[in-house]
Amino acid sequence: MAQFRVCPDSGFYFDKNAESLMKANAVAGAVFLLIAGLLGLGVILTRWQEVHLLPADVFYQVLTGHGINALIFWIIFFEIAILYFASSTLLRTRLAAPRWAWLGFALMIIGALMNNIAVLQGNSSVMMTSYAPMQAAPHFYLGLILFAVGALIGCMVFFGTLVIAKEDRTYEGSVPLVTFGAITAAIIAVFTIASGAIILIPTFLWSIGYVGHIDAAMYRVIWWGMGHSSQQINVAAHVSVWYLLVGVLFGARPMSEKVSRMAFLLYILFLQLACAHHVLVDPGLSAEFKVFNTSYAMYLAVLASMIHGLTVPGSMEVAQRQKGLTKGMFEWLRKAPWGNPVFSGFFLSLVIFGFLGGITGVVMGTEQINLIIHNTIYVPAHFHATVAVGTTLAFMALTYLLIPVLFRRQTFLPWMAKWQPYVFSAGMTLMILFMLGAGTLGVSRRHWDMDFTGAMLAFEYPGTAYTMMAVAGIGGVLGVLGGVMYLVVTVGSLLFGKKLDESAGLLQGFGVPLAPSSYTVEQPERLPMAPKLAVEEHGSAGFEAPGTFVLAMFLLVCFVVYYFINWDYLASVWPLS
Amino acid sequence: MSQEETVTPQDDLPRPERVPFFQRLLDNPFLLLFLGVVMPTVFYIMWGIMEIATLPVAP
Ligand code: HEM
Ligand SMILES: [Cu+2]
Repeated sequence: MAQFRVCPDSGFYFDKNAESLMKANAVAGAVFLLIAGLLGLGVILTRWQEVHLLPADVFYQVLTGHGINALIFWIIFFEIAILYFASSTLLRTRLAAPRWAWLGFALMIIGALMNNIAVLQGNSSVMMTSYAPMQAAPHFYLGLILFAVGALIGCMVFFGTLVIAKEDRTYEGSVPLVTFGAITAAIIAVFTIASGAIILIPTFLWSIGYVGHIDAAMYRVIWWGMGHSSQQINVAAHVSVWYLLVGVLFGARPMSEKVSRMAFLLYILFLQLACAHHVLVDPGLSAEFKVFNTSYAMYLAVLASMIHGLTVPGSMEVAQRQKGLTKGMFEWLRKAPWGNPVFSGFFLSLVIFGFLGGITGVVMGTEQINLIIHNTIYVPAHFHATVAVGTTLAFMALTYLLIPVLFRRQTFLPWMAKWQPYVFSAGMTLMILFMLGAGTLGVSRRHWDMDFTGAMLAFEYPGTAYTMMAVAGIGGVLGVLGGVMYLVVTVGSLLFGKKLDESAGLLQGFGVPLAPSSYTVEQPERLPMAPKLAVEEHGSAGFEAPGTFVLAMFLLVCFVVYYFINWDYLASVWPLS
Repeated sequence: MSQEETVTPQDDLPRPERVPFFQRLLDNPFLLLFLGVVMPTVFYIMWGIMEIATLPVAP
């Protein structure tokens, strides 16, 4: 019985089991994104002081749910789908141990529901970081643990699939770069989940009374072994998605396989160590620990992201120039398919991740200037640029590609899909920029009341801080609107999109396989070795993507100016002259 | 699995005789996995735990 189908539009091969699992995981992710987005609306409408929507206890409850559903459940479900895609589909092989994969999926669903129930019941408003000695209900931790076990099973299935592909020789040479990026993500995931287990299992035992005491400082160190590494999974995953999308959209090939793979290797070796920037101002850790882990290790990791940020648009530019779009510096970019949400989503994700997320990340990771903005709303602003736009928007762009290819439906309301990346990123950018500003003025994160009503030690923020939070509020509402548009398009496509395969019915949208007659391929042809790219051959002839080079220099200038401003600001906070 | 398996030819693919070290490293996901777990475990988790654990307890 044939096990594979080939997508007539894209040429991708889908193993029947892997296909079902990808669908189920992607849809589950979208459901949790919906929950996260609605809660996010509550959060931002409360931080907008003139609206101040929720009472204090509900605010912290909603903030907890928002962080966990967005950062953990949405992103990781979607990443599991990506792992299956990058192994099974890209290597043209069957998925290893599909039953285990379903077990993992079930555990993730149970864990996610359990955790949400705990938060909903109201005794677990401990924020996603759940710092001890704050204590949540036992099923809050248990839910996270089950979810993590499920995700770990997903990673194992991924590694198993790599082994099968190698044994069956379904590809020539090395794995494709996108798969290599997924390997990077899965490796970091294993470390992430291990750290999570080291800290969450004792914390769970503490919540049911088996363990007497959890040391607060120890908790923070180990928790961030999980908390930051999971962000590196996201970076590795969405960079892989970028490479995939430029390949599909432009037929672009990596400018240099070697350089890109070395950059992923830097993630494997160093990016995880950036965990330490979360404990930069913690007492109890030595300067050596902080300096090694946040400076040396982190800069190598940042270097890796800059390489990807250069080679992804660079490879697109090379491909476009080969098609004859050679006029001036930027014709390749001007004539890009801006109306295609797969492209606009990808490109906006790249730009906002690089300019807003990257620059603020380096500023925050610098111990001295970190002190100006530590624990302010600047921090959520930074990571909304990285995860809420960088990762989330890249995944949204990938979804638009997958609706026809994987789900075999035409996009529902294409005009809405066309606008969605713009609305979402405009809203988020507005929110991010003004939260960065407010944070620089000292506005706290995770803080219900900027007015400090009735507080013993009150503080008065300048009026601009209020204005900035209000503009951020408007941006946030617009961002939520963009999120809603994404869900209308995706859910609408699964329900009402024109069928591209007769058997792509309602249940097929959620993981049921298509009719047996759709699977016509016994064993896909072997994936040929990628031809060497022209660029790699005459390597010394200069950089082949001048437009990208100019953009990179612009980024550098922005960074230097902003870095200077922050140091200058630090000097004025503590008059040193 | 059916008999048709032979559609994937098992013939040997041309491979350079001496694969460079980095190529072998990059082509071995399990070696990478090992490195990717050991590096942060040693430099972050173990080092961090040691420092916290050796803090003197407040009297
Ligand atoms: C769609 C619109 C969104 C809005 C309006 C929004 C708004 C916010 C705001 C204002 C905060 C900070 C609250 C505070 O510290 O007082 C916050 C926190 C957070 N957001 Fe979002 N967000 C959105 C989407 C996302 C997405 C897509 C992600 C992740 C993929 C995300 C992840 C987080 C996390 C992890 C926190 C930190 C929670 C904590 O401090 O424990 N958000 N969000
Ligand atoms: Cu971090």
